[in-house]
Amino acid sequence: MTDAALTPAHAAVLMTHDVGLHARPSVKLTKLAKTFQASIALAQSEDGPWIDAKSIVKVMAMKAPKDTTLHFRASGADAEEALKALVALVERDFDEGH
Amino acid sequence: MSGNVGIVIVSHSPLVAEGAADMVRQMVGDEVPLAWCGGNPEGGLGTSVQSIMDAIDRVWSEKGVAILVDLGGAETNSEMAIEMLPDDRQGRVVVCNAPIVEGAVMAATEASGGASLDQVRRTAEELSPQ
Repeated sequence: MTDAALTPAHAAVLMTHDVGLHARPSVKLTKLAKTFQASIALAQSEDGPWIDAKSIVKVMAMKAPKDTTLHFRASGADAEEALKALVALVERDFDEGH
Repeated sequence: MSGNVGIVIVSHSPLVAEGAADMVRQMVGDEVPLAWCGGNPEGGLGTSVQSIMDAIDRVWSEKGVAILVDLGGAETNSEMAIEMLPDDRQGRVVVCNAPIVEGAVMAATEASGGASLDQVRRTAEELSPQ
């Protein structure tokens, strides 16, 4: 039996930011994730390990390097919006223009 | 501003305290009330209960205040400053057991999302070895 509301939504995006998911990008990603009600998980591979994207300590500890594909998984009412916003942030290079 | 927990940075060195505060402002932003203090009135290294109390006052939030400290006296003077606060504020100010710079950035990130004082402290303390 499947329940659409309980099936998490997925998204993946290639991170091209020069220094990877370092301090400032981590803070931006976490802050954005926190603006959504959905629970949001983040991983460097579809197989996990998955961490809480709203935990600044865990996101920073992940130390994802440049050219990592970031995988997001979200569930909750605003899950789709959350994924869209997070993918857009990574695609915008965390708003750190060079 | 704010329904957000306030952050106070207390170092023996005003340069360290100001630098840590600067990192919080640049990395996290300004939606979190933030104050720092450090040094003694003679311009040397040290911390003072009065300046810690003043800093708590500057960032006061109904949700509480988290203090990040460096060494020894910064912690004991912060605890003394908390004891000297009015009764209704005492329970809403905590000293985090976390590295001062990293702890301040982590605590402020957590606070910026509207987290409770307890969540802010736990996030900062997640950094410390258990």
